[in-house]
Amino acid sequence: MSLIAITEVKKRFGDNEVLKGISIDIAPGEVVAIIGRSGSGKSTLLRCINGLETIDEGSIVVAGAQFLPDEVHLKALRLKVGMIFQQFNLFPHLTAGGNVMLSQMVVKKVPKKDAEAVARKMLDRVGLAHKFDALPDELSGGQQQRVAIARALAMQPMALLCDEITSALDPELVAEVLAVVKELAAEGMTLVMVTHEMRFARDVCSRVVFMHQGRVHEIGAPEDVFANPRTPELRQFLGVQ
Amino acid sequence: MTEFSFWDILRNLLLAARWTVVLSLVSFIGGGIVGAALLFLRIGGRRGIQLLSRGYIQLFQGTPLLMQLFLAFFGLGLFGIDVPAWLAACVALVLWTAAFLAEIWRGCVESIAKGQWEASASLGMGYLQQMRYVILPQALKVAVPPTVGFSVQVVKGTALTSIIGFVELSKAGSIVTNATFQPFTVYGLVALIYFALCWPLSKSSQLLERKLNVAHRNH
Repeated sequence: MSLIAITEVKKRFGDNEVLKGISIDIAPGEVVAIIGRSGSGKSTLLRCINGLETIDEGSIVVAGAQFLPDEVHLKALRLKVGMIFQQFNLFPHLTAGGNVMLSQMVVKKVPKKDAEAVARKMLDRVGLAHKFDALPDELSGGQQQRVAIARALAMQPMALLCDEITSALDPELVAEVLAVVKELAAEGMTLVMVTHEMRFARDVCSRVVFMHQGRVHEIGAPEDVFANPRTPELRQFLGVQ
Repeated sequence: MTEFSFWDILRNLLLAARWTVVLSLVSFIGGGIVGAALLFLRIGGRRGIQLLSRGYIQLFQGTPLLMQLFLAFFGLGLFGIDVPAWLAACVALVLWTAAFLAEIWRGCVESIAKGQWEASASLGMGYLQQMRYVILPQALKVAVPPTVGFSVQVVKGTALTSIIGFVELSKAGSIVTNATFQPFTVYGLVALIYFALCWPLSKSSQLLERKLNVAHRNH
């Protein structure tokens, strides 16, 4: 049974139809990379899965929780899928530890002591146990993004959505973030990532989705998609002739 | 004819200045509470409520405070409700202050990056939780200087209540002038007392702005 079932999803911004009927089923433990040009709708699709954008048609079901745009359903959905953003979006007024603790205490009503224990564990998992008391602006971009990953993990989601999580990082910091993601993948976490890191997509992902003009243009195992692109659009995108 | 000493004049003005201070405090605190409620409705309420809140703010920002005072004082009188001057003054000033504070604070809340809303939403927080734990702690820093700055407008705004007969500093000024025939001395003193009330407020607004900017290293 699929963990995330996306069926015939359509999304319009005014007259502009960004998603023109997307259907993807993602099994538990799968690592799916979504690639494509900017404007192809890949980030929008990811944001729809988390309910940050509403959908106009179709359905998104995550582990039995249907996407419906009211606060109760949204919350249920968001407890199942965590999201990591390009711009980290850490809460600047809280320490790294505070960032990881906040939603546990506020949303799940976990007592402070337990939340702190979880936060320390999660920060340790991303290699930042020693930065528990650091404020976000005292951390490098790579470290901030790893705190953001720890923050999402602390809610114990069934899947993580990663929206170009290395695109705002200096090249030298990309590796440390990808290493954490790779580890999560190895531990069996379901990951859906919009990414420009083709090499990473090839090495780590179990499936690659190529989106073009609001549609799933090609989908398949990375070996196939990267080695034998079938459509001219994907060939052009990958820069192979 | 009775002679009034300088001390007589000053003493009477200072006694009346108490009411200017009380009225300012009531307007500011009351306006802050109503303004906060307006802010929450303006940003997160249903569409209809948002429009209502916006309409309220525009109405009170788009009409002179003097008219609002007249309406509160005479308007209710037309319906046979006898409103004492102090009550009309308080109500009008609270509602007026609320409109301005709500708008100032809305600007502060909107200055917080959209990503903060998205990140907190994606962690499962509801609107009130987002406001309470993520947005307001950040917006507060931005809001303090303009809020303190606006309090100067409130203090000066209380002067208008003299027109509906509330005896605060300005009204006391005209009463004392009528008795002493020394308008320059009296109004000079009145102005100085207003300045003594307002100057520390504007100064602290400036200081706070500088201090909070230092704390806001990222920008």
